Amino acid sequence: MALTTRRSRLSTALRYALLVAVALVFVFPIVFMVMSSLKPDLQLLRDTTSFNAFLPVGDISLDNYFAAFRRAPVALFVFNSILVTSITVAVSLFLCSMAAFSFVFLNWKGRDVVLAAVIATLIVPFETIAIPLLLVVNNLPWIGPNGLTTGWLNTYHVQIVPWIADALTIFLFVQYFKDLPKDLVEAARIDGATWFQVYARVIVPISGPVIATAAILKFLAMYNQYLWPLMVTQSEAFRPVMVGLQYFFQLNVAWGEVMAYLSLITLPVLVFYLALQRAFIASIASTGIKG
Amino acid sequence: MAGLALKNIHKSFGKVDVIKGVDLTVEHGEFVVFVGPSGCGKSTLLRMIAGLEDITDGELWIGDKLCNEVQPRDRRIAMVFQSYALYPHMTAYENVGFGLTLAKTPKAERDAKIREAARILQMEHLLDRKPAQLSGGQRQRVAIGRAIVRNPEVFLFDEPLSNLDAALRMDMRMELSKLHQDLGATMIYVTHDQVEAMTLADKIVVLNGGIVQQVGTPMELYHRPANLFVATFIGSPKMNLIEVEVKETASGMITVGSQTLDPVAIPAIGAVKPGDTLTLGLRSHHLTLGGEALTGTVALVERLGNETIVNLEVAGGNALIAALDGDTTIERGSSLSLGFAPQNAILFDASGRALDEAVI
Ligand SMILES: Nc1ncnc2c1ncn2[C@@H]1O[C@H](COP(=O)(O)OP(=O)(O)O)[C@@H](O)[C@H]1O
Ligand SMILES: [Mg+2]
Repeated sequence: MALTTRRSRLSTALRYALLVAVALVFVFPIVFMVMSSLKPDLQLLRDTTSFNAFLPVGDISLDNYFAAFRRAPVALFVFNSILVTSITVAVSLFLCSMAAFSFVFLNWKGRDVVLAAVIATLIVPFETIAIPLLLVVNNLPWIGPNGLTTGWLNTYHVQIVPWIADALTIFLFVQYFKDLPKDLVEAARIDGATWFQVYARVIVPISGPVIATAAILKFLAMYNQYLWPLMVTQSEAFRPVMVGLQYFFQLNVAWGEVMAYLSLITLPVLVFYLALQRAFIASIASTGIKG
Repeated sequence: MAGLALKNIHKSFGKVDVIKGVDLTVEHGEFVVFVGPSGCGKSTLLRMIAGLEDITDGELWIGDKLCNEVQPRDRRIAMVFQSYALYPHMTAYENVGFGLTLAKTPKAERDAKIREAARILQMEHLLDRKPAQLSGGQRQRVAIGRAIVRNPEVFLFDEPLSNLDAALRMDMRMELSKLHQDLGATMIYVTHDQVEAMTLADKIVVLNGGIVQQVGTPMELYHRPANLFVATFIGSPKMNLIEVEVKETASGMITVGSQTLDPVAIPAIGAVKPGDTLTLGLRSHHLTLGGEALTGTVALVERLGNETIVNLEVAGGNALIAALDGDTTIERGSSLSLGFAPQNAILFDASGRALDEAVI
């Protein structure tokens, strides 16, 4: 009895030690980034040779942050990224989950072939289609505040539309939906629900876990966009955060400012992640359905 | 009001024929049970009536409306699933009222209907709970409540009791019976359990391999099974079958016998001649002490209190099961003779079809 308790206590301690070690591996770069953003460049470079790199010691100030705002339109970049990312995540999750719903719950000719084709696109790297896609969007029409225009370059929608249909998101939803009991859908059909009502009032409310997962993955992918926005935005007005990072590597590189900028643009990701994590846990608690 | 008519209904999944031409009429207010072994197509047939499966061929009439192409929600049916299929994110109240909410029923009317259903099913105190907080029996009630508020012409049940434990199953069986009397609605009920079928049904439809074997009241199926399948499927213990040879035929009488069985004249009519091989069916409960027709060694005795089940090994390697009086004192290994009344025996021809009973 005493032996097993001691042994289990030991194994708990080991487990925690391991978890702490793993957490540190992930946390240290972030601590380093934030601490460095508070230090002048000379001290920053000197501290990298010691543990001071992770400590708020020496000449601490917010100067780098002010400098970063002077060097680049940081607020604009963050605004652009959040706008493009949130619209894409919302629209993409909505449409991809509906596509998945139809792949799983509706019977239509060629369904399985189409699904296989969609999944197959997962293996195509974006770089291979970047140039053709650029040529395509350059010739597409758009109706906006300026009436009918041709060519999508230097807009928000050129950063949004190509990313809405997403095989990975569809795949995640398909996998989740397949595991849901089919008779829920049938019960709802008998209760008089239209297909859209089945989707919106029965399936979506019990899909919290997959929505959270897909949203986080999509958010990160969109927020980290670099190559595509660099190709399609020549004007500063539409550029997102990752493209904005270039501003800090022109002429003289100020590492403190780079760190300040990175700290700033990491914030939205953290906020989004924490919010979703709470929603995720709440959804499991209320429906008893795990991801 | 709404009865049902199935006319030559077929169902195939790809190349596999699952339902092979079912004809059936269900009167308004009838409690009909589809019974058969697992995989025989009961659920498929029920789901076609519900509109959850396409009908490959044939006609489905609900009331006086041809319903082959009608959406499930427009068929005036309600269905209770084996898994209950409750919406996990809704309370029992919302589950029961979901159909009414979708139909935009005014709030007060909806509330009244939900509370009425809850009252009938004695689950008023459960309405605020979510399915995860309910036991199996309670979920079952909610699922039935959801069907009741739709005020359907036809209730459909797919093995609704098979996830419950034995005691609860018996209670719910009686409640369903009572519910049927109170509501007076048509009910179609699927089960693989012949006891459930016998106890609930006005009319039993025995299915096997996608074909209707027999339609009739529980007593008709018990006393006059149409073929060997029905004979052995209905009734417990299973009907005893003995291979016999025709010795003699007279008007309305066929005399049969075998190594096991002393010749006996059975009142039956059929195109048979001396020398033909038939199968004799005898219910365990029709075997009695004191006859001389069948003699063998007692291989097993099961005392249930109200009756004693005896396994009897007879000549030719056959085994018979007899249900005898509870107080019978019989020892394993002893020798025993049993008799039966000829009019209780049923003869089946070589194709398994029952010969007609001769009225004497
Ligand atoms: N969607 C389906 N696709 C292919 N075969 C099916 C499908 N549903 C049922 N079946 C087959 O049809 C037969 C009858 O099934 P079912 O009606 O569920 O039987 P029961 O309810 O009598 O146990 C089974 O052999 C089953 O495998
Ligand atoms: Mg079934």
